[in-house]
Amino acid sequence: MESRFKRALNSGKFVVTCEVGPPKGTNIEKMLHHIDLLKYRVDALNVTDHQSSVMRFPSLGGCLSVKERGGEPILQMTCRDRNRLALQADLMLAHTRGINNVLCLTGDAVVVGDHKEAKGVFDLDSVQLLRAVRQMEAGEDLAGNRLDGAVSFCAGAVVCPEAKPIEPQLIKFEKKVEAGAEFFQTQGIYDLDNFANFMQHARQFPVKILAGIILLTSAGMAKYMNANIPGIFVPQNLIDELASAGKGQALQKGIEIAGRMIAAIKKEKLCDGVHIMAIGREELVLDILRAAEI
Amino acid sequence: MRSITRQKPFTEIEESLKRFNQVYIIGCGTCATMTKTGGIDEVLEMKERLEGLEKAVTGWTVVPIACDGMTDVTIKENERAVRKAGCILVMACALGVHRVTMYTSKPVIPALDTLYMGVEEKPGHFKEVCAQCGQCVLGETAGICPLTACSKGLLNGPCGGTNNGKCEVDKEKDCAWTLIYQRLKLQGRLDLMRKYHPPKNHQAAPRPKHIKL
Repeated sequence: MESRFKRALNSGKFVVTCEVGPPKGTNIEKMLHHIDLLKYRVDALNVTDHQSSVMRFPSLGGCLSVKERGGEPILQMTCRDRNRLALQADLMLAHTRGINNVLCLTGDAVVVGDHKEAKGVFDLDSVQLLRAVRQMEAGEDLAGNRLDGAVSFCAGAVVCPEAKPIEPQLIKFEKKVEAGAEFFQTQGIYDLDNFANFMQHARQFPVKILAGIILLTSAGMAKYMNANIPGIFVPQNLIDELASAGKGQALQKGIEIAGRMIAAIKKEKLCDGVHIMAIGREELVLDILRAAEI
Repeated sequence: MRSITRQKPFTEIEESLKRFNQVYIIGCGTCATMTKTGGIDEVLEMKERLEGLEKAVTGWTVVPIACDGMTDVTIKENERAVRKAGCILVMACALGVHRVTMYTSKPVIPALDTLYMGVEEKPGHFKEVCAQCGQCVLGETAGICPLTACSKGLLNGPCGGTNNGKCEVDKEKDCAWTLIYQRLKLQGRLDLMRKYHPPKNHQAAPRPKHIKL
């Protein structure tokens, strides 16, 4: 079965996805509020999987809520917390509940999160997980046993266009394409020239690319990301722009920058769409879309 | 290859010796001596600290290789002092603890935690280079083990947590896959990095690992 998101990817339209972050705890009101705000404004909603290795309400649970409320979920699945049995089981559950998009990720290291003494599983890696999805679609589990009922997914992965050196990332990107990735959501990008170079390479492959847009909320946040988030590079001119915005105006400036970037990506047809990450401020995605005139 | 150990916090050692007033101490002349966790100096320091807790140290020895069968002979040679002790405190890796346990009916208490198998790359620097996984990939990864050198043990290339050749876990730590990439490139074997590695067989050496020749 072709998912709604896959149809959007193949329609030729400029695709927009964004994130929903499940809560720490059972109070899911805020998450549901974000889902309701965004479900008809974007083509699909990613639900993060213990983002930054911080234990939270599960991605699969969040995806069920998206689905129940009429949205289109993308199940984020990391290899950090589950071995191959558990990953396959969750893929089957997702399929039976109409969740047919999956983003296959390695997952952050355990020690960056809030359960630092936990065991990092990594029984599979992102490439192997992509292949597992395809194998299960062919009606077989990872041990080669026949499945009574296969799965069906629009499967994607991530890539880091700003990584240095870039070549190892590109090799991994190609391995993911060969493993069956149909779409990529990139790590946050800020330098469109550099991104255009990356796209020149990526265009050789039959995959859809959604540029990652992370909302900048202040000059300090931009500097923090440069220093601490692998693969993120906010150029100095954007940091200066945020700093010059005046007291209380930085967030508005961040929304403006994000909107401007999205509009430029769309206008210049740099890639197939964008993936907006507002990291806990999901309600602002609507403002970003307005700023981008989408 | 060395068995790399770290002395347990003294409070933990004290707690595990709570019910024993007489203690016999065994150190190891090989790995634990090199890592300064169970050589003569450390054994004597332990003796002093235990005496400070008003325990009687009935004797001590540093066996040449604690994990070797000769440990049996050493224990027999020191039988009188061992017999007087309520337990044996072993300042060797877990392999040494295991050996001592084989040769005595006394309770055996480890004073060290065994961390990994490592090599001494330069004096005092012990590095884990092998996870003893039973499926060696070093021939395809330019001699750098992705299971031990990558914090996630990834087989198919770097994750998104790599930054300027460093690892997200620790900015001082090299990204294993950047090192593998650089070395394969130097060797003109970058094609190997494109090779797909299937999920690892964790039963390549089934647990408990045991080989009978």
